[in-house]
Amino acid sequence: MAELSNAVDIANAVRNGSVSAVAVLDQYLARIDARESSIHAFNLVTREQARSMAAKVDADVKAGRDPGPLAGVPIALKDNMCTRGVPTTCSSRILDGWKPPYDATVVTRLAEAGAVFVGKTNLDEFAMGSSTENSAFGVTYNPHDTSRVSGGSSGGSAAAVAAGFAAASLGSDTGGSIRQPAALCGVVGVKPTYGTVSRYGLVAFASSLDQIGPFTVDVRDAAVLLEAMSGHDPLDSTSIPQPALSLQASLDRDVKGLRIGRITDLPGGSDSEVEARLAESFDALAAAGATIVDVELPSMKYGLTAYYLIAPAEASSNLARYDGVRYGLRVDAADTNAMYMATRAAGFGDEVKRRIMLGTYALSAGYYDAYYGKALKVRRLISDDFARAYQKADVLLTPTSPIVAFPVGAKVDDPLSMYLCDVFTIPTNLAGHPAMSVPFGTGAHGLPVGVQVLAPTLGESVMFQVAAHLERVAPGGAK
Amino acid sequence: MSETFMIDGYELVVGLEVHVELATATKLFSASANRFGDDPNTHIDPVTLGLPGALPVLNRQAVELAMRIGLALNCSVQACTFHRKNYFYPDMPKAYQISQYDVPLNIDGWLELPGGKRIGIERAHLEEDTGKSTHIGGTGGRIHGSDYSLIDFNRAGVPLVEIVGRPDIATPDEAKQYVTELRQILVAIGASDAKMEEGSMRCDANVSVRKPGAPLGTRCEIKNVNSVRSLGRAIEYEARRQIALIEGGEKVRQETRHWDENDGRTHTLRTKEDADDYRYFLEPDLVPLAPDASWIDAVRAALPMLPRERRARLSSATGAPADGEAIMVVVERGQDDYVLAVAAAGADASRALVHVKEAYAEQGATPAVPAADLARMIVLETSGKLTSTQAKTVLAEIVANGGGDAEKIAAAKGFEAMDTGALEAMVDEVIAAQADAWAKFCAGEEKAMGALVGAIMKASKGKADGKAVTALLQSKRG
Amino acid sequence: MPETPQARISPDAVAKVARLARLDVTPAEVDRLTNQLAGMLEHFADIDALDLGAVEPMTQPYPLVNVMRDDVVKPGLDRDEVLAVAPAAEDGRFRVPPIIGLEG
Ligand SMILES: [Mg+2]
Ligand SMILES: [Zn+2]
Repeated sequence: MAELSNAVDIANAVRNGSVSAVAVLDQYLARIDARESSIHAFNLVTREQARSMAAKVDADVKAGRDPGPLAGVPIALKDNMCTRGVPTTCSSRILDGWKPPYDATVVTRLAEAGAVFVGKTNLDEFAMGSSTENSAFGVTYNPHDTSRVSGGSSGGSAAAVAAGFAAASLGSDTGGSIRQPAALCGVVGVKPTYGTVSRYGLVAFASSLDQIGPFTVDVRDAAVLLEAMSGHDPLDSTSIPQPALSLQASLDRDVKGLRIGRITDLPGGSDSEVEARLAESFDALAAAGATIVDVELPSMKYGLTAYYLIAPAEASSNLARYDGVRYGLRVDAADTNAMYMATRAAGFGDEVKRRIMLGTYALSAGYYDAYYGKALKVRRLISDDFARAYQKADVLLTPTSPIVAFPVGAKVDDPLSMYLCDVFTIPTNLAGHPAMSVPFGTGAHGLPVGVQVLAPTLGESVMFQVAAHLERVAPGGAK
Repeated sequence: MSETFMIDGYELVVGLEVHVELATATKLFSASANRFGDDPNTHIDPVTLGLPGALPVLNRQAVELAMRIGLALNCSVQACTFHRKNYFYPDMPKAYQISQYDVPLNIDGWLELPGGKRIGIERAHLEEDTGKSTHIGGTGGRIHGSDYSLIDFNRAGVPLVEIVGRPDIATPDEAKQYVTELRQILVAIGASDAKMEEGSMRCDANVSVRKPGAPLGTRCEIKNVNSVRSLGRAIEYEARRQIALIEGGEKVRQETRHWDENDGRTHTLRTKEDADDYRYFLEPDLVPLAPDASWIDAVRAALPMLPRERRARLSSATGAPADGEAIMVVVERGQDDYVLAVAAAGADASRALVHVKEAYAEQGATPAVPAADLARMIVLETSGKLTSTQAKTVLAEIVANGGGDAEKIAAAKGFEAMDTGALEAMVDEVIAAQADAWAKFCAGEEKAMGALVGAIMKASKGKADGKAVTALLQSKRG
Repeated sequence: MPETPQARISPDAVAKVARLARLDVTPAEVDRLTNQLAGMLEHFADIDALDLGAVEPMTQPYPLVNVMRDDVVKPGLDRDEVLAVAPAAEDGRFRVPPIIGLEG
């Protein structure tokens, strides 16, 4: 593993002129050249665009203009975020040849903060998966062990940061797609409160669950990225009308007196070493003066069912627009309907088809009440459980993933066992709460383990406060 | 009233669904322009095209116009939600239409026809329009047998209000009145230009028939009715078709039918069996809409006077019947304020109504002719200084010039006022010259009067007022 | 008749759903999907035991209301740029095969 420098240090050095953004970029591109062929983090490396963005940052510094808090920071974007004139594929054949004519709001905001975009990262097709094996363009391998998966769906973004291909990256998290690959790749990954970061320009998977967030090498970087990305966006009706988050002040705050919730009825089945790391994280917080409180989340175990009915239902509708009429792939046929059927059959991979089928079924006449309607009620139960838990606790801790990175191919033929990877992350999305994964030692085979910190709606400050502490006391020493 | 309208012993039961495009600057969910008639695909943006990552944001003005419609139709405005109606069609960019489903913005209202009958309004909800397909090749631009189609998305996302009427309409004529009245209301409140020819107002008719007292019959939905006249024809055709089926011992099938203007028939478009499963669910990209009482009150307070009230007001000012032709026409043109202004300027209101109806067809709601100019002309006419024929001539000139002094025009035309003394002298001369005719007239032969009047008119070179001459002759006969 | 959640989904139902979703599926795929979906639905039957009668459905995570924008036109997309990446275009418009066979 390369020694990773963090985004804040890069931005400070670029802003004060001690290093040029172009020189920083060259280091990262050199690492990509050396190792990308064995990782496959990217669908596309945007060298030329990156160079011109870096050159502009340097020109700003020279001219005495502040390029912003992310000056010269090489950032990778998950390939489901629209970038004007740059192919955006969602790792699907159905978007073949499409170049968005507009930028996602997060893309605009990071560019305005001085970021340098190095490329578009691989993902499970349309973010549907937990291993990045469902990509139409091949697997992304874990930089810690290239025989294993990087997690998913934002596996490319997690791997890019872990491999030192980018100082930070963006992912999207619908059921754990940032936190789980962050845990498997040993980096920090944050899913903010639903509505905190604009979804405008994020290709939708499940609209009421999707949220964009950062991957970084440390907690402070994640705070800085979130500060730059968050804040109300009038182009997203579900964007919460509030200013950008302010998080850095909470990082050095003492955890003494905080109430840390331990979920007593947490679904089992985690690796023993993962459970050991979680126990150590509680111990570390208790040692620092936090109070450990027991809470119950009896509905949590129904999260998978609710999620796998709600997310595919929304997805079946969100993905209906890929019809071969206006953009992307078309397989020609004698009439429009035949063209639709052929195009969609050729353009979507198996997992996407499976979820479109499941979601269409769950919404269709006669089944709505039994499946989708019921799932929405379970969603409420889970949300209510969390509300009760947060009356007792300021944050909750769980493992991010029940297991460490698994071998490529180990779960591809068993969708349900793949879905179980997200058992601890999914409930957060259903409730709309923030949660993040912090690297916390290693598990089986010396592979990274992540601890998940969960907080109530807009509780990012306390979440980062706890995460920063865990980072300082993590096994293997502070960064 | 035509409540007893029947065809071959059957009653008609008709409910209308009307879609109107709102007169906003932008689309329902994006800042792309809402404009008709421009080059194809020139009003498109990521939302309109359903590009990946695009998100809808609701247009406040569209909501306000939809509320105006609801309030003008006596509906309750309520907190509401948006749903997705999922179906594939190439002019439907996202493969779902954002519409309102179980909780629409406006519910439970009514529209009053000019004759006083009320037609219930079940709901009036907001939704987005589709793009437009043009079918190329084959015969005459029809969908069937075409070689391919071309899609223009300028109309996609234009805000629509769908007004769902209750099946309270009993005759083709009531249907036509309903649509005409609705159109006038929509124009009056500035919600839509409501042009059926341009498609900014589109009407579907649900038609069924039954024997009086029998339960409701199976209904068919008639689409593609592009004018008020066609609406009446389509309903009548469809009713007779259904009656013929029933009389022939067959059953009416519930289906959607297409009105063909050329052959004057309806044709099966699709049957109920292959109806789509729309998989409605709450639109997760939008949040609920809950207009507060102060907004609703402000919209209600700002509503202009509606055609029905305007007709009543003009009726009481002129004495003409509210649903008579003159008042219907003048109010539809929006010239009723003008008529009242002419009356306020001192003219007889009923003469003002007649003149405006006859001579102002080409004028808009705010005629160029100053109300005072028309008023002065009418005063000359009613005081006998202009004959009604002369008045028409003078008015034609005033209208052509966008105004003018009636007295000067009359003088220029040689219509100088003939005072009563001069006229009486002239009448006496004619009586003396035509003693024969006078004697017959005095003996009760009314036909003789024609000769006397003709002679007097000739002597006055047409300046005498025919009515005044007749009155004078009759009083002299005693 | 709506099946109970526990009931096995039939290949016919799978074929119908594939038509609704506009996915061409081979008979082999229908069989495979039938098995996979049945397995999932069986797993999802865990929520059938819950008493959900009085539970309000939750559709959105954050309670916003009345989010609206002003009715002001903003520049849209360039038609040529958009049509250049369209699968087929003609005359400033998107071209599609004949529109038939679209019913359910
Ligand atoms: Mg309708
Ligand atoms: Zn409609």
